[in-house]
Amino acid sequence: MSSAPAKPADLVTVNIDGKEIAVPKGTNVIEAAKLVGVEIPHYCYHPKLSIVGNCRMCLIEMGMPAVDPATKAPVMDAATGKQKINWIPRPQIGCGTNASPGLHVKTSSPMAREAREGVTEFLLINHPLDCPICDQAGECKLQEHSTAYGRGYSRFIEQKNVKPKRTQLGPRVTLDDERCILCSRCIRFSKEIAKDDVLGFIDRGSYSTLTCYPGKQLENNYSLNTVDICPVGALTSTDFRFKMRVWFLKQTPSIDTESSVGVNTEVWSREGVLYRITPRRNDAVNDTWLADSGRMLYKQVKADDRLLAPAIGGNSTGGDMALKAAADLLKAGSVAVVSSGRSSLEEQFLTKKLADALKTQASLVSRVGQGDRLLISSDRNPNVRGALVTGLISALPSQKLAGLAADIDAGKVKTVISVGEDLTAAGLTAAQLAKVSVIYLGTHNNATSAAAKVVIPTLTVFEKSGSFVNQQFRLQKFAKAVPGPAGVNDDLVTLAELVAAAGGGILPFALGQLWTQIAAETKVLAGLSHAALPATGHLLDASAWAGLPFCEGETLHFKPAAVPAAVNA
Amino acid sequence: MAYVVERKSLSLSERLYLPQIVAGMKVTLKHLFKPNVTLEYPDVRPAIPPGYRGVPTLVKDPNGREKCVSCQLCEFVCPPKAIRITPGEVPANQPDRAHVEKGPQAFDIDMLRCIYCGLCQEVCPEEAIFLQNTFSMTGYTRAEMVNDKAKLYELGGTLPDQHFKWDKKKAAEERGNPHH
Repeated sequence: MSSAPAKPADLVTVNIDGKEIAVPKGTNVIEAAKLVGVEIPHYCYHPKLSIVGNCRMCLIEMGMPAVDPATKAPVMDAATGKQKINWIPRPQIGCGTNASPGLHVKTSSPMAREAREGVTEFLLINHPLDCPICDQAGECKLQEHSTAYGRGYSRFIEQKNVKPKRTQLGPRVTLDDERCILCSRCIRFSKEIAKDDVLGFIDRGSYSTLTCYPGKQLENNYSLNTVDICPVGALTSTDFRFKMRVWFLKQTPSIDTESSVGVNTEVWSREGVLYRITPRRNDAVNDTWLADSGRMLYKQVKADDRLLAPAIGGNSTGGDMALKAAADLLKAGSVAVVSSGRSSLEEQFLTKKLADALKTQASLVSRVGQGDRLLISSDRNPNVRGALVTGLISALPSQKLAGLAADIDAGKVKTVISVGEDLTAAGLTAAQLAKVSVIYLGTHNNATSAAAKVVIPTLTVFEKSGSFVNQQFRLQKFAKAVPGPAGVNDDLVTLAELVAAAGGGILPFALGQLWTQIAAETKVLAGLSHAALPATGHLLDASAWAGLPFCEGETLHFKPAAVPAAVNA
Repeated sequence: MAYVVERKSLSLSERLYLPQIVAGMKVTLKHLFKPNVTLEYPDVRPAIPPGYRGVPTLVKDPNGREKCVSCQLCEFVCPPKAIRITPGEVPANQPDRAHVEKGPQAFDIDMLRCIYCGLCQEVCPEEAIFLQNTFSMTGYTRAEMVNDKAKLYELGGTLPDQHFKWDKKKAAEERGNPHH
């Protein structure tokens, strides 16, 4: 996703397994080989961490074109008529070797293969035979490379090393030290990315052991990334431990909803049950990281306080009855619409249509927290910019619905329809809620659903498809990972029916058709469609909203345009 | 299309009838004094040859301990998807098993789905699942035809173990690392 084409001067041509390829200067051999479709096995190298070259798995054979030492004239090979290549007689590490002009690499020569086989044998000497009980099995790099470079039996007749098997490194990470291959990815991650340098090796040689600094814990909000990057099953997630083998799980691309960063995620499910959330690489947004808090969001799907059935006045009813009751309230007039920065762009588009049909202006509630300068921004709504893009709101929302409260007190509003917002949390008192009829569309029980006249349950982000606009004005889509609870309609269906009931006409609720209309009516979204959105998202033209005082501070891959407004704005 | 079947005329001995009766009675008498070849099932059960693939069962090791570690490979390999496992952690209050860490919380084999192929036995890395001698599974309801963990262990019993893999592991753990 390099935006500007690199200048020829920045490119160097290297030869990998006989294939010439021009790569940017500074690219190492592992990345360059990836570009020609050759995978060089590695453990310690990680594209987003510093290079240490301590696993020795990426050994390759390399050579440079020969020149005469005295005259600097190229030495030609008489047999081929090409410049002779001086091959280095020993293998070199691919991760620590940067592309230089004319570099020749053999990734699978007998010498490179033999070297890797030797490394694999040494790594397996003390590795326990834990695969049947190891959570990493199926996505374990050691397992994969052992099938390619292992000998299949062990020549080691001595006792294997014994190390601690169940160390709690922190509240969310369990360490099995016997499985550790000492790649130090977790140490580098903690130091370089999380800026919480608590991990380190103690002791020497094969007795080296990963431990926390005495008196400290691996408890920062990014600790589970060490589990993701661990190439073996040494670091395991305490939450996911022994829950399900990974080969049963289906991966669905999704978006983290905890803040406006819009971290790209992968949701892992089996037969309609969610098991874990991991980051999905997007070099423009989150690299390969995700906060621990974002990984626990899947628990909301099976939470005890989940709204599962429509209700009128607190009594469960059928979906049609609840919609009819809501329609009657909307037709009575004097309706205020409260929308949410947690709704998808498509829902906000339909909510805008609902507000238009009711001849009112929807209000939004902002959620502001402390940003961590990495992957959680201070705006805790994932999609406030979606509301701006669809025209649902024109100014930035505030944290309290003061205007609506005043209107209720003045008796101007008879009905409040809330699309996923807890009105009590947004500053309305119980007395104010009692004065009006509340229609609540939401996923979980709260004070508003308890006070609501009509409750229509909706779906969580894992149960529907849609898109969010993140703080960079990047339009990113998420997909349905699991089916919603029985009897709960898709949010778009519910909203389209409410719009129809309010006299806003018949609107499509299928994503494809809805997007035809969204793209036709929204200038910055013209020509886009949900289906054709790339996995890494699409950057929108944000010039129309450049002057707005967004509250976000600096995070990974994001610098605010203006000085951020005060946090309590 | 009609065609004529020529009928052979009967020979003299055939026309006499009695020689045929005598020949038939000879066969009958011969079998009357020969040993039985049929079994009076279900009162008499057949001897099951070694290697027979009967109902899949879970077995315990000679010390009566659960062998399955719920790696779910049998669930993965099972062609008709008859096996369903809920993995779980071995509680710390089982001193002889706690070091194994993982064991099945629930283990169900749907015998209405099972095709007795034996792939589960072949794939098991812990030698915990075996297709043994039971060949007759009956029940009045579908639920009865699902063998749960307790039933599977009841059917499986104990089989000899050549490895005692986890005992060796525990012994190594107790011996410890001389450099620590």
